[in-house]
Amino acid sequence: MVTSFQFKRPSILPGFWPAFSYTTLYLSLIVLIPLSAVFLKSVSMSWAHFWTTVTSPAVVAAYRLSFGASLVAGLMSVVAGFLIAWVLVRYDFYGKAVVDALVDLPFALPTAVAGIALTSLYTEKGVLGAMLVPLGIKVAFTPLGIIIALTFIGIPFVVRTVQPVLADSDQELEDAAANLGATRWQIFTRVIFPIVRPSLLTGFALAFARALGEYGSVIFMSGNMPMKTEIAPLLIVTKLEQYDYAGATAIAVVMLTASFVMLLGINTLQRYTRRFMENAQ
Amino acid sequence: MRFLIFCFASLTLVAGPVKLLNVSYDPTRELYQDVNREFAKVWKAKSGNDLQVSQSHGGSGKQARSVIDGLQADIVTLALAYDIDVIAEKAKLLPADWQKRFPNNSTPYTSTIVFLVRKGNPKHLKDWEGLVKPGVAVITPNPKSSGGARWSYLAAWGFALKKYGNDEKKAQEFVTKLYKNVPVLDSGARGSTTTFVQRGIGDVLLSWENEAFLALDELGKDKFEVVTPTISILAEPPVAVVEKIAAKHGTSEVAKAYLDFLYTEQGQEIGAKHYYRPRLDKVAAKYSAKFQKVQFFTVDEVFGGWKKAQKRHFDDGGVFDQIYAPGR
Repeated sequence: MVTSFQFKRPSILPGFWPAFSYTTLYLSLIVLIPLSAVFLKSVSMSWAHFWTTVTSPAVVAAYRLSFGASLVAGLMSVVAGFLIAWVLVRYDFYGKAVVDALVDLPFALPTAVAGIALTSLYTEKGVLGAMLVPLGIKVAFTPLGIIIALTFIGIPFVVRTVQPVLADSDQELEDAAANLGATRWQIFTRVIFPIVRPSLLTGFALAFARALGEYGSVIFMSGNMPMKTEIAPLLIVTKLEQYDYAGATAIAVVMLTASFVMLLGINTLQRYTRRFMENAQ
Repeated sequence: MRFLIFCFASLTLVAGPVKLLNVSYDPTRELYQDVNREFAKVWKAKSGNDLQVSQSHGGSGKQARSVIDGLQADIVTLALAYDIDVIAEKAKLLPADWQKRFPNNSTPYTSTIVFLVRKGNPKHLKDWEGLVKPGVAVITPNPKSSGGARWSYLAAWGFALKKYGNDEKKAQEFVTKLYKNVPVLDSGARGSTTTFVQRGIGDVLLSWENEAFLALDELGKDKFEVVTPTISILAEPPVAVVEKIAAKHGTSEVAKAYLDFLYTEQGQEIGAKHYYRPRLDKVAAKYSAKFQKVQFFTVDEVFGGWKKAQKRHFDDGGVFDQIYAPGR
């Protein structure tokens, strides 16, 4: 006889059931019930209709753009966010508190404001656009512009996840590595990077997920040309404007499913690297 | 949703006067502020009751959707009949023949689509033909998401039909060329106005006549000019009492009186002041200098009504989608 399925992991910490019940309740009310409503709404359409909706050329182009731009923006956020976190943790300089606070600003700013500001900077008549356009670099109303807007939104997620890890990391490890003859590059790749890798992954996942759903800043920056710079969330809004509720939810369902799978993958990868790290130590 | 809660909260907090909610589209904000103030006086004199009219504005389609989803509108005044048709069809809040309840297809005032160009009209845009020339950048929102943009699209199509002797294929080519000149498709009329006015993108903005004049008043006549094309569409933004909701609120009578007021001389004057073309001959004559003569055609004449126009041009896979289909 196989032992009965043990749901509760043995733990010496009391209060598993109340805490777990609360978690389930919270997830249901805030996440699962609204999301299942989305799925239910899309069920109202036939499978064939669903399929033609989500595979129409405009929708496929929008998916490609949304996932592609979010992926690139997530990676750019990782690079820039890590740098900012590094500077904030490892250096002391005048005005550090202000810079630290500025990092959070994209969280608070209505994203439409960010979009309008970025667009007016990057159009031909804007300050940056006036310099870039003569060089043949068009940012506003191109996929590049979308990536810039999404990076702007994503950077704080990376900074805020990496910063505490970096601050906690033991600098003596680096000193020891240096004493043992490691080059600076080796110290970075062998000592620092493994420590921050899980938090970089978390930051990437957050920035990527946020970018996928971002609407406000992108619609100002992208120009919204069908097949070229139309993001999936905009298509959802357009469908709603045409009273095509089922079509809108169909697009949303595919996005949700794909995002969930990708986030699950990233989280698994992250857990794996953390476990790997623990074993190594 | 937050917006809905806000509306409900603001409706329930103040008790006392009779309350109406007029759910309208974007550019009518200033118009209905004036109408509400004047009509409240008229109603007070007539019935002795205080009246408080709340307004709600947004893209026409979005507003219709809010009403379908439960926004307690006594009155809807939207950009096009199709949006009210959908309320009648999906939520059954008013009868299918709602457009027969008030005179002139339930449109107390009309408007049209004109061009807003930069001062001096540097690209010499006089009529629709100019818009398809290479090198002219046209700003207009996406007709799939903006009511005003649908009027613009149909206006261009109607012009091309007239020009090419009702050749549908030529008309499609003309409109395709026009949209190839559009560098940015905003999702709503206000967004396009921002793109054109604040960000300085484009040579011409296709705009509601009243919005164009409003932009002139607000931003200065030294920066922009309004060009009225020779042929354009007669835009008929309709009004209706949302009968089921009004009956529930006990506001049927006052709601009807409110819309009737729009047809009176006083109501028409207010409309004309806000650059809506009056229906009443007397008022139209008085303001004739304000509105340039245009050869008008209607959606019913050229497109056989909104439902047909919507299906053929703007629904998924329709003519508008084909403009952007790959390989064109």
